[in-house]
Amino acid sequence: MIIFYIFLGLVILLALWVIAKYNGLVTLRNQVTNGWKQIDVQLKRRHDLIPNLVNTVKGQMEFEQDTLEKVIQARNAAISAKGVADSAAKEDMLTSALSKLFALVENYPTLRSNENVKQLQEELTSTENKISFARQFYNDIATKFNIAQQVFPANIIASMFNIKPAELFEIQVAAEREVPTVNLSLKK
Amino acid sequence: MVMLAFVLFLAFIGLGFDSFYLGTVNEDVFLPLGTLLAVTFGSGSALWSLQSGAKAVLRSTGAVPADPSVPGHKQLLNVVEEMTIASGLPRPSVYIIPDSDPNAFATGKNPEKSSIAVTQGMLDTLTREELQGVVAHEMSHIRNYDIRLMTVVAALFGAILLLADWARRSMWYGGGSRRKRSSAGGGGLGAILLIVWLIGIILAPLIGQLMAMAVSRKREYLADASGAELTRNPLGLASALKKLESASPPTASIKRGAAHLCIVDPLGKNINSKEGFTAELFGTHPPIEKRIIALQAMAYRYRAVTTSA
Repeated sequence: MIIFYIFLGLVILLALWVIAKYNGLVTLRNQVTNGWKQIDVQLKRRHDLIPNLVNTVKGQMEFEQDTLEKVIQARNAAISAKGVADSAAKEDMLTSALSKLFALVENYPTLRSNENVKQLQEELTSTENKISFARQFYNDIATKFNIAQQVFPANIIASMFNIKPAELFEIQVAAEREVPTVNLSLKK
Repeated sequence: MVMLAFVLFLAFIGLGFDSFYLGTVNEDVFLPLGTLLAVTFGSGSALWSLQSGAKAVLRSTGAVPADPSVPGHKQLLNVVEEMTIASGLPRPSVYIIPDSDPNAFATGKNPEKSSIAVTQGMLDTLTREELQGVVAHEMSHIRNYDIRLMTVVAALFGAILLLADWARRSMWYGGGSRRKRSSAGGGGLGAILLIVWLIGIILAPLIGQLMAMAVSRKREYLADASGAELTRNPLGLASALKKLESASPPTASIKRGAAHLCIVDPLGKNINSKEGFTAELFGTHPPIEKRIIALQAMAYRYRAVTTSA
């Protein structure tokens, strides 16, 4: 009789453990999904800001129509991109087109000191940062999720309930892989 | 841990009060009235400051909510939002303190109800990248629940100060005869305890201060490190600290009570910029020089990792 009770107790403990692990994994999976959605929100915001910026600088940048055209094209391509890999590649093209435009704006003193341009530039810079921080957060939480489901013995539960590891975000453009030089000689 | 130390210290003050002054704790009676009072008073004031401390601190500095239509404020709001995304926390409310000296602090009860306040001087002196480092530092205080810890520590410290003061006063005025009566029952051991207690009372402000400072300094290093983890750019904060160090303190609008919340000591005591034993013991913040070196070491390690990968 005693043995039966011990056995029953063990079974209940095991069941509780499985439930706790499963719930933990589901919570993490939802956080991962949410992290992914956050990236989308910021990308959408960037798409919305670009026409404003182009319209504001168009008049003064007649000689740079080519660059402006490229930004618009990259934006439209990014909006119509399908799937994760495609979208990532198109968004990276948009990022580089935008940084070219910003570099050119520096050559136009009237534009540089224009309040509207400044504000738009700040908004776009912030959105760029938000995109990369959203990706960073996504990678962090996805890594946490992947570790949680791959360590033993949680991996048994993960395979029991068919929980798949989340995909990490990778840098697509080769240039972005390069390490920026860091200046360590901060003056005293 | 620290909370426990503070509460034990409060109980110690109360217990001494009981046995030497009220005579409620000896061989015959055990009614630690003073102890109970001291502990209740301490935790009561801690709870009260949790509820309304953040608002009081913000009000005392004259902070106003950031206005999105002002370009500088908008940038700060953007930076805070970026760090909100990076940390995955709820967004704190953002305040501007109209003071030309650069400084910043975070306060609140929990990450859901937190605030970040930055002086106008901070917005004017720092670049966007540096501002990001500072905001990341403050977000880390919020994420690590330092804001709550420091609020409670400040309240307990205040309670110790007040109680020790009362105890001292009641010793000086007319406590003499009753004290003799109760210590007579205690004998030799009682006399020794009385002396220990008296020393405790006299040193209470100093001991309380030391405990509060120790908590604050550790938390600053931690916030620097986890802030760098958010921005992946330790040098942003390092160069911000460099600028803050050379700026002339004190920050007039931030009072002593909020000093330990700030990113750099607003009181302009030289002690925080010096290195060595006294600075380690008495400063609310670690020496800025040391913090910068720690951040630069982080940047160096980070670079080593990314190049080898």
